[in-house]
Amino acid sequence: MPQMNMAKALNLAMREALREDPNVLVLGQDVGKDEGVFRITEGLYAEFGENRVVDTPVAESAIVGTAIGMCFKGLRPICEMQFSGFGYHGFHQIENHMSRFRNRTRGRLTCPMVVRFPYGGGIRAIEHHSESREAIWVHLPGLKVVVPSGPRNARALLRASILDPDPVIFYEPKACYRSHQEEVPEQPETFPIGKAQLVREGRDVTLISYGASLRPTLEAADELASDHGIDCEVIDLLTLSPLDTETITSSIERTGRAVVVHEAPRTCGMGAEIVARIVERSLLHLEAPIKRVTGYDTIIPFFATEKYYLPDADRVISGVKEVVAF
Amino acid sequence: MPRGKIELPHRLEEIAVLDPNGIVDEALEPQLSPQELRKLYHGLVRSRRFDERLIRLQRQGRIGTYGPSFGQEAASLGPASQITPDDWFIPSFRETAGMLWRGWEMHRIMLWWAGHEFGATVPQGLNDTPIAVPVGTQVQQAAGVAFASRYRGDGTVVLTFIGDGATAEGDFHEAMNFAGVFRLPLICIIQNNQWAISLPRCKTSAAPTLAQRAIAYGIDGIQADGNDILAMIVATREAAQKARAGEGPTLIEAVTYRMGVHTTADDPKKYRSEEEVEPWKQRDPILRFSKYLEKKGVLDEKGREEVEQQVVEEIRVAVEKAEQYKPDPLDMFRYHFAEMPPHLVEQMREAERAMMPPENEAPEARTRQGVAV
Ligand SMILES: Cc1ncc(C[n+]2csc(CCOP(=O)(O)OP(=O)(O)O)c2C)c(N)n1
Ligand SMILES: [Mg+2]
Repeated sequence: MPQMNMAKALNLAMREALREDPNVLVLGQDVGKDEGVFRITEGLYAEFGENRVVDTPVAESAIVGTAIGMCFKGLRPICEMQFSGFGYHGFHQIENHMSRFRNRTRGRLTCPMVVRFPYGGGIRAIEHHSESREAIWVHLPGLKVVVPSGPRNARALLRASILDPDPVIFYEPKACYRSHQEEVPEQPETFPIGKAQLVREGRDVTLISYGASLRPTLEAADELASDHGIDCEVIDLLTLSPLDTETITSSIERTGRAVVVHEAPRTCGMGAEIVARIVERSLLHLEAPIKRVTGYDTIIPFFATEKYYLPDADRVISGVKEVVAF
Repeated sequence: MPRGKIELPHRLEEIAVLDPNGIVDEALEPQLSPQELRKLYHGLVRSRRFDERLIRLQRQGRIGTYGPSFGQEAASLGPASQITPDDWFIPSFRETAGMLWRGWEMHRIMLWWAGHEFGATVPQGLNDTPIAVPVGTQVQQAAGVAFASRYRGDGTVVLTFIGDGATAEGDFHEAMNFAGVFRLPLICIIQNNQWAISLPRCKTSAAPTLAQRAIAYGIDGIQADGNDILAMIVATREAAQKARAGEGPTLIEAVTYRMGVHTTADDPKKYRSEEEVEPWKQRDPILRFSKYLEKKGVLDEKGREEVEQQVVEEIRVAVEKAEQYKPDPLDMFRYHFAEMPPHLVEQMREAERAMMPPENEAPEARTRQGVAV
């Protein structure tokens, strides 16, 4: 199996889809000749040409809005928002239309499209380029929200998202684009949307995370095992909507303790929903209050001080120790 | 029913005052004193050298991504020089020349690109907004400021800037439409530098000029040679007079060229050829203005040398000052509301604890104290 980073893996998923299905096309700013500001669309313009890898004017609303229209004639557009922070320009098309067409037309018109959003901090980017706002999309009915954490799941989930009959918000942790390599199978594979993965088994406490926060979470789990004798189970959510409640609660029912880790703000973040589901389903299995280790309810600072905002392994370790000591 | 041509009441013009060799069209030449002319030259060079320095600092990892404005200095500074401190200046992110002219200190601008919110704190007394990143958004705010000017009847005007690429955003259209409908005292400069990252101007709009969009909003439009500071001055001066007289907004398209990278994260070789850039070097706005000044006897080799020395020293001091800046990371909690709500007070304490050193680590290794610059 070839080794590759997440940037290459996402590229591979789009390349495969473009090869297999002439209805698939890629739309976005600088996705063509320039191959995307993160080079995620590398080589696609050269292979598929300007009609299928479309450099659009700088207009997010039109990128999403026209993609919706393309769906009505059977196309399957993949839209790229250059940074998640500019996706709000397309918000009304997503909330008022993309998420609703199937429901309001009782299935006559649907939007089998993907909108990709590079999100998150940790890459020394300028203002408005580092936010983590997945909860906004999770809150909207009618959308699936997927967040990969590594090369293999990125490729398999992007493929699943492109094949999905409904609209998917594909939220890409750009801090992971080139952070590490992994083996990715030769043959196309899909991971089911809506299914979390148990990435580490443990007895004492369940850590739940996703996207770029998974790495500090796993680092913390290693250190807690080696230095503190605490055995952590770690769940990588992969899909935030629909959320895989079953995987979460069955783990909690074994460990009795939970810590949720994400870089997005705490209030009404994914952690809030996860805690609610655990409490609804598994309250009596809990042996301690659940801890949220998250970004604060503030704007993420400009990059010189963003490390004080982003949850790191140390903050996860303190959170876990607190929960275990309860 | 008859059929015929529709007569449109608004003007669409083009203007150039200096040719690429610095030869002036005397009928159009604005009357500026030698002192004013030298100050403009100084402003252009200041921006150019500052850009060069920040590019080097970025390459050395001392600041983050930087977006230089090489080649566009005249299109920024010319307009900025034609409004008063009481007027408002609402930039995008590529208006370094205009910002420096307005009174943004170099170290402050540098700190923005070095990842510090301090770089977005507007200097005391300036009627300016900070760098705007989501493209096109600032034009709506500019229309709002202009609305307030008209409402107050204070005779002030608003000068705002947008890139050619960003004119494709709905925000731009909506803002200009407001400006037309409410006859706002707004001057909007389109910095048409021919590129929006990798997207050429012809793919931003099928219209042959961007200035002509003015006609659709029921306002005047003018296409000016953006590498000719005198043309930019004349166009802006007239637009400002008109706005002050209650005669509404003007859209000015500055035809210029992005001589450098989009930002330091960009590689233009992927999408444009060196041959395309070359002729624009001959049209360099600073070179052209300098030829004009030389012919006019306003600035000679010695005068230019003095400007260079002054600017180099100013940059040296600014970089030093910026690099001494120590942020207080807890500021992230402090400026969200006039009064900090309880949950943020609590989270601030939590953050403070997280920044505390574990037992056997030296305190200065992890905590930071804020020092105002
Ligand atoms: C709303 C929004 N979408 C996308 C971006 C990313 N982006 C930054 S600059 C840029 C191109 C802008 O081109 P133009 O308006 O011509 O300005 P220039 O960079 O040439 O000065 C893009 C797409 C952004 N900052 N804001
Ligand atoms: Mg441009």
